[in-house]
Parts: sequence; C-alpha cells; structure tokens
Amino acid sequence: MTPLERVLTTLGHKEPDRVPFFLLLTMHGAKELGMTIKEYFSDGKNVAEGQLRMRAKYGHDCLFPFFYAPIEVEAWGGEVIFNENGPPNSGAPIIQNPKQILNMNAPTIEGNDCLEKVLECIRILKEEAKDEVPIIGVVMSPFSLPVMQMGFEAYLKLIYEKPEVFEYLMKINEEFAVSWANKQIDAGATAITYFDPISSISMVPRELFLKTGFWVAKRTLARIKGPTGVHFASGRCLPIIDDVARLGTSIIGTSVLEDLAEVKSKCNRRLTVLGNLNGIEMCRWTKKEAKEAVKNAIDKAASGGGFILADNHGEIPFQVSEEILITIAKTVNKYGQYPIK
Amino acid sequence: MDNIKQVLIQFEEALLNLDKIGARSLLLANEDKNGSAEVINKIVVPALKHIGDAWQNGSLALSQIYMSGKICEQLVDELLPAASNQRRSQPKMAIAVLNDYHFLGKRIIYSQIRSAGFEVIDYGRKTVDELVEAVCRDEIEIIFISTLMYPSALDIEQVVEKLEKLANKVKVIVGGAPFNMDEKLWQQVGAYAMGVDGNEALGWIDKLMEGKNE
Repeated sequence: MTPLERVLTTLGHKEPDRVPFFLLLTMHGAKELGMTIKEYFSDGKNVAEGQLRMRAKYGHDCLFPFFYAPIEVEAWGGEVIFNENGPPNSGAPIIQNPKQILNMNAPTIEGNDCLEKVLECIRILKEEAKDEVPIIGVVMSPFSLPVMQMGFEAYLKLIYEKPEVFEYLMKINEEFAVSWANKQIDAGATAITYFDPISSISMVPRELFLKTGFWVAKRTLARIKGPTGVHFASGRCLPIIDDVARLGTSIIGTSVLEDLAEVKSKCNRRLTVLGNLNGIEMCRWTKKEAKEAVKNAIDKAASGGGFILADNHGEIPFQVSEEILITIAKTVNKYGQYPIK
Repeated sequence: MDNIKQVLIQFEEALLNLDKIGARSLLLANEDKNGSAEVINKIVVPALKHIGDAWQNGSLALSQIYMSGKICEQLVDELLPAASNQRRSQPKMAIAVLNDYHFLGKRIIYSQIRSAGFEVIDYGRKTVDELVEAVCRDEIEIIFISTLMYPSALDIEQVVEKLEKLANKVKVIVGGAPFNMDEKLWQQVGAYAMGVDGNEALGWIDKLMEGKNE
C-alpha cells in the first residue's frame, strides 16, 4: 500500500497493511539541512526539502508542511520571535484593546509573504509525492487564534464580557481560516488539520464550547473543500467526542492525559483517532521506553483501523533525537503489521 | 460558621456561575460573624482548592479556574487591602514567566496565592539573567516560575545553576504544561518542587513556612 492508501483505509475504519503513523516533524527539518530554525523557515523550498528528507529517513505516512503556529498572526501583521531550540513564539498581541476589533478585516492570502512560502512548499511536495503520500495542511481554528492575536487573558474576558465583539472577531477569523485552508487544498494539500486547543475540555467547559467553539468549527469546517481533522494540541477531548463527531470531520487528535482505548471506543467508528505519544517525555525516552510506548498505543487503539499513531501535541519537540524517531518508526513497522498480534 | 458546608457549596456555585455579587454577599455575611481572615481560610481557600482539584481530574476547565481565581482575588483585596495587618505573614515570594509569552498560568497562580491572603510580587516575563537579578535584589525566598513552551521549561536549569553559583537559597517552584506532561521534568531542571495548580503552590508555601517556624 502507498501511505495514502494506508491512511484512507484506516479512515474507512478498516485495517490496512500496517498501522499508519504520522511523525509531525517541523523544526527537525532545519537539522536535516544544517540551518538555524529561522533560516529554515525563511523559504518554502527549504521546508519542502526537509519534509522529503525526513520522510525518506523515517518512512512515516505523511508530509507536514506546517511551519509554526504564529505564522497566522504574522499574516495579520503580528511579530514572530524565533528561538534557537524551539518553535517560534508570537510577540506582542496585535489586538491591544478590544475596541480595535470592530475595525479589523481579515488579511488576504495572496501576496502575504509568510503564507505564500507555505503554499510554495505544498506545491513542491505535491509534485514530488504525486498522489502517494498525504500532505497535511494546517489552519488554526478561528476560535483559538485570538490567544495569539490578543493574549489568553484578554480573550477570556472578551468571550465572557463582550459577546458582540467576540462574534465579530469570529466572523473575520472564519473568513481567514476558510480562505487559508482552501488555498492550501488548491496548492495540493490532501487534508487540513484544524488546530483548536481552546475548544478542548481542558480549556473551556463543554457548555461554553457548545455555545462558541462548536459553532465556529461547524461553520468553518463545512466551507473547507477537503477532508479535515480536529486537533486539540494536548488538550482533553473525551467528554466532547460526540459533539466533535457532529462537526463533519474525520479525525480527532487526542491527549496523552486520556486513555487511548477509551477515546477509540467512544469514537465508535465515527472518527479516526490520532495520537497519543507523549511528546514531552519523548525528549528523554530511552529506546526501550519509545518501543514500549508505541506498542502500548498500538495495543490500545489499532485493532479494526480508525487509528493513526502520532504524538499528542501535533508537533514533535526539537529536542527529540533522531535515534528515538527511528526507534518509533522501526517499532511501528515491526509490531504494527495487521492483523495485530 | 455552623453551616460551612452549605456556604462552601453556594460560594463555589457562585464562582462557577461568575456571580461575583452572590459570592461577595456570602463572604460579607460570614465576615460579620467571623472576621476576614477566618472567612478566607474557611471559604475562599477550600472553594478554590476544590475547583483546582476538579481541573486536575478533568471535570473543570482552565477558563473556570481563571475566572474563579480572579473573582476571589478581587473579593479578598476588598476584605484585606494590601496593607492590612491581617495579610498573612509569609516568606518573601515572587512569580514570573520565564522566556515565554504565555501569561495565563502565572495569572491563575498569582490570583490563587493572593486569594489565600498572601502577597506575591508579579515579575511578569523575565529572561534568565533578569530573573536571577530580580530574585537576588528582592531577597526572594520562594520563586514560582511558569512556562508553557518546552524550551522555556528547560531554561529553568540555567536559573537554578546561576542562583546556586551566587549561593542564593531561594526555593524554585515550577509549573506549566511541560511539567504536567512529564512528571520527571521538574527534577531534570533542578527545581525544588513543581506545582500542578494553585493548590499545590499554596501547599508548598505552607510547608516551607512550617519549616521556617520550626
């Protein structure tokens, strides 16, 4: 099977030849090319080359043209602060006062340099991967983006205290997310990951999610012209799985704080489960620990398909060694052959 | 406070419903009979502890902890102004975000410590050197460091090493998502302890105060 066939089979809740696994590597590409993280992300060609080299090395089942989370606030005019050994941060919030929001409009994708780099990367990957390897694009949920646009505390105040302004922000963020996702699909992305940590039950109660993030996701995902997965970036999702299943998405990214078997059982063939290796512990895993973690996840969730092995955060930390990544890949290849024994 | 359990349930409900007026009324009604410090110890601290426990077991969300803490902080400020002699005697404490730009975790812990009647200096965001300098300058005895990003969590090791070189005896207590995901990380960075939430931060303050008073 090609990686794409393998993934599509598991999405159909059938068993492919082996458990598909996504190594959601971003910054590691800089190591492959001998560049700093900042230099690496300065050009879409670098990221495409890094992704291709990493897939050749580890043999995982996707290409991941995700640069860094703050790229979307960069597109809105925000600052990005690069680190030597970790993901870039967003700088000072672009929204310093909620009064600004009603005068804001979503930026266009065309001509936006930072986003054009990503599109260039996707186009190269599409040409190289043909239709054999899924290319996984990313958008931040319009409901989660404001944490970077205005800071978490100010955003919580906005949700609770200024519902009309919150609604307007959602409206412009939705326009942006839909355009951005569809441009990635047009460039060659096979599917879109909708990162929505704030909708996680770790962040807001289900009642609030059902009044806010749920509807934002429902409207946004319906307008994206390709398959999607919803990812809570380490946040818990178990109590809202039935709600996520109504969003019209195919995949749910789950947290290491939840039991994989329980999540799989609750998804009940409505959603494919993505997860949930502990990305933080992975930084100090021995080869033995890596092997055990992979075997454990396969034992809990692989049977019957509907499962893709990945880390729980949606981005593997820069500090995870090549040796551990190779161990993860080897273990999946050895113990992840269907039927699982 | 004979009906303490009932008052606690009502107070917690008021916090989770964001009913500041109701929460305030409950505290004021009991303050008349028992005094401010008693009301804080018997109602505010246990209610926030219960809410924090519910977050740890996944039944409440971070936004609820934040809003509850913020309401309590405002109410306690009203009951015990900063200069009040009823504010609890304590080690000199500060809280900071290290190298990160994510402030909510720090804000929640800050509110909860202040809601328990303690004073704590908010350093905002600091780099390693800025934090070491501030801790030494202010003769801090407990420094709480909050991080969200994994590289920032690793940077705590530099803070600990630099403070040790200066023979500073401050207790470094760490918290934030990376520490919740990896229970050995706090030891790896050389911290004195970690706290999952404000309850655990308060627990460490009490423990260190006991040691100081022995």
